[in-house]
Amino acid sequence: MAGPSVADRIADRAAAATPMTVVRTVRGLTDRAIAWIFVAPTIFLLLAINIFPLIWTINLSFTNYRANRLTRPAEYIGLRNYERLLTDPDIWHNMQVTAHFVLWTLFFQVVIGFALAWLINRQFKGHGFWTTIIVLPMMLSPAVVGNFWTFLYQPQIGLFNYVISFFTGVDPSSFDMIGSVALAPWSIVIVDTWMWTPFVMLICLAGLRSIPESIYEAAEIDRASPWRQFWTITVPMVLPFLMLAVLFRGIENFKMFDLVVELTSGGPGSVTELASINLKREAFEKWRTGYASAYAIILFVTVFGLANIYVKALNKVKER
Amino acid sequence: MRAVKFLSATAIGLALAGAGGAANAQSDELTLCWAAWDPANALVELSRDFTAQTGIDMEFEFVPWPNFADRMLNELNSGGRLCDLLIGDSQWIGGSAENGHYVLLNDFFEQEGISMDDFLPAAVYAYSTWPKGEPNYYALPAMGDALGWTYRRDWFEREDLQAEFQAEHGRPLAAPETWTELMEVASFFQGREIDGNTVYGAYIFTERGSEGITMGATAALYAWGFQYEAEPGSYNMAGAVNGPEAVAALEFYKALYECCTAPGYTDSYMSDGLDAFRSGQVAMQMNWFAFFPGLHKDEQVGGDRIGFFVNPSQNVEASTLGGQGISVVSYSDNIEGALEYIKWFAQPEIQQRWWELGGYAVHNAVVTDPGFPASAPFAGQFLDAMSNVRDFWQEPTYAELLLSMQRRLHDYVVADVGTAQEALDELVEDWTEVFEDDGKL
Repeated sequence: MAGPSVADRIADRAAAATPMTVVRTVRGLTDRAIAWIFVAPTIFLLLAINIFPLIWTINLSFTNYRANRLTRPAEYIGLRNYERLLTDPDIWHNMQVTAHFVLWTLFFQVVIGFALAWLINRQFKGHGFWTTIIVLPMMLSPAVVGNFWTFLYQPQIGLFNYVISFFTGVDPSSFDMIGSVALAPWSIVIVDTWMWTPFVMLICLAGLRSIPESIYEAAEIDRASPWRQFWTITVPMVLPFLMLAVLFRGIENFKMFDLVVELTSGGPGSVTELASINLKREAFEKWRTGYASAYAIILFVTVFGLANIYVKALNKVKER
Repeated sequence: MRAVKFLSATAIGLALAGAGGAANAQSDELTLCWAAWDPANALVELSRDFTAQTGIDMEFEFVPWPNFADRMLNELNSGGRLCDLLIGDSQWIGGSAENGHYVLLNDFFEQEGISMDDFLPAAVYAYSTWPKGEPNYYALPAMGDALGWTYRRDWFEREDLQAEFQAEHGRPLAAPETWTELMEVASFFQGREIDGNTVYGAYIFTERGSEGITMGATAALYAWGFQYEAEPGSYNMAGAVNGPEAVAALEFYKALYECCTAPGYTDSYMSDGLDAFRSGQVAMQMNWFAFFPGLHKDEQVGGDRIGFFVNPSQNVEASTLGGQGISVVSYSDNIEGALEYIKWFAQPEIQQRWWELGGYAVHNAVVTDPGFPASAPFAGQFLDAMSNVRDFWQEPTYAELLLSMQRRLHDYVVADVGTAQEALDELVEDWTEVFEDDGKL
C-alpha cells in the first residue's frame, strides 16, 4: 500500500500549522461562503480594473472635464458631447476610414489565410518550414512592422516600389504608397494583411485538421468531385473556425492604432486617420477628456453590439 | 513574537534608510528634461561646470521631438516628479502657468538680481511671460531659435549653373530673399542632375502628427502678413486667419510642395530634412537654427559647401519662432537646487560658453557683442530672424489649436482636399469652437 502523496503531506502540514482560531472560523463557514472567499479577489479586481473605469468613463462622458485643467471644475453638460460627436462630419469620416480598413483587411486575410492553410494542409515536403516562415510577421511588434514598412514604401529607395516597378514597368519613384491620397488607405491594408494573415491561416489550419478523414473517404465512395467535397465538406466544417478568426481580427482592427500611427500618422491629411487614432488625439493630445469619454463609449457600444450580433451568428453556424 | 519584532525592526530600518537615501539624492541631484537634439548634448557639456561649482549632479531626460510634447505634458499634467527643470516649448507656457506646473520666478529673479532686460525682448516675450507681455516670468530664456534655411553653396556657386540661372531669370543664382525667388530657385534645381545624382529643389516641413506642417506653413503665412486675430486680444479670427494674404500664402506653400520637393516627403519634419540635406538630395532646406552648428560641421555638406539664409520675406519680414525657456517644475522635490541651476545659467559668462558650445544664447551680453554676427556663419541670420519672430498661440488650449491646424493644413497641402480658402475657413470654425469651450468667446 502506497504512503501519503506529496500533496497530502503538504496539506497535512498546512492544516497542522493553521492557528486554531482560523480553523474554528472556517469550520463555521458554509461551502457557499468559502466559494465566495475564493472568488472575491477576482471579482474585486474585475470591478476595480474593468467595471469601475467603465462606469467612470460613462460619467465623464456627460461632462466637459479636462484632465489637464485640474483647477477648473467639470460641469455636467448632458448629452452635448454625444450630440457633437454624432453630428461632426470629421468623426464620420474617421468611422468610414475605419470601416474601409476593417472590411478590406478582413476580406484579404480570410481569402489569403484560408488559401495558405489549405495549401499547408496538403502536407507537402517542407511544409513545416514554410509554416514557420509564414507565421514570422505575426511575431513582430506592430511598431517595428510599421516602421520598416515606411522604408519599404519609400518612393526613392523602397523595395516595395521596385518590386511593383519590376512587374509593371512603372517608374518606382512615380508613386508614393503612404503619401498618396488614393494609395495610402491601401498601404495600411497591405501591411496589416501581411502581418496578420498568418493568424487567420493558423486558425483555418486547425479547422482543416479537425475534419475527420473518414468524411472525405465517404465522399470519395459517393463519387463526389473534389470541387463538391470542398464546398460541401471543407468550407462548412472550417466555417466556425473562420468566423472565430474574423471575430478576433475584426475587434483587433477596429481598435488598430500602433501600426497605422507608425506608418502614416493618420495622413496624408486624414485619409488614414482611424477612429482610435482620432480618439487618442482627443483624449491625450487635446485633453478633451469628457468629449473623448463619449467617443470611447460610442466606439465601445459599436464594437460590443457588432460582436454580439456576430457571436449569435457564429453559434447558429456551429449548431448546424 | 521575537521573529515579528525582528522583521518589524528590519522593515522600519530599511524604510528609514531608503528615506534618508532619497533625501540625500534630492539635495545632490537634479533632473533636467528636454528634447533629444544637438543642443541638448551641448547642455550636458555645459552643465559639468554647474556640478563642479555646486556639487549637485545633473541627470538628463531627453525625449525625441515627435514624442516630446506628449511625454512631458503627460508628466506635468499628472504632477510627475521626474523633472526638476524643464526646457519646455514656448507654446506650453500658458497652460503650464495657469495649471500651476511652473514656478513663478519673479521673486527669485528680484532676489538674485536677474533682470529680464538682459535678454532679447522677443525671447523674453515668447519664452517667459504669461499672460503674454505681462511681467510674470515662468521661465528664463534658455535657447533662442527660429526657422531658417540652409542651401548648397557649392552648387549655387557653379559657373555653369550661375550662367543658366542668369539667362533664365536675369539675376544671379543666390540665396533667395523672397518666397517667389525661393520658388524660382527650387524649380531651377528640381530634377536636375548634379554629380550623377538627381536632386530636388527644396525640403519643407509636412509632418502630420505633432507640429511639423504648421511650423513650415506658418513660415510662409507670416511672410505674407498672416495674423491670428483681427484685433489683438479679441479672439476674433474671421478675416485674419482666413484673409486673402493667408489664402495666398497657403496656396503658395502647396505649390512649392507640389513643384519642388523630393518624392516621399509627405510626413516629414526636422530629422527628415537633415537627412535629405546631408544626403545631397535637396538644394535648400527649411529647418531650425538649432541644427545649423551641426550641419556646418558636417563633413559631407558642411564648411564651404553650406550657406544659410533667414526665412524669405514676401509682404513682410517674419520667421517662425522656435526655442524654449527653462522652468522650474512646481512638483519638484528640489526646487531650491533647480533655482540654483537657473541662477548659474543666467550668468553672462555661462551664456557666452553656451553659445560657444552650440546653444543659442539670447543674453544681451552675447548677442549684442560686436563680434557676435561674425562668430558663426549663421549668427547674423539668427539675429535677423529673432528680431522678426512670430509664434503660434500660447494659450492653455494650444494643443487643440495646433492639432486642428495640423489637420486642416495637411488635408489641403498634402492630401489635396478642398481649397486653401476652405481649409482656413474650417480652421477658423475649429478655433472658434475651442475658444468658446474655453470661455474666451
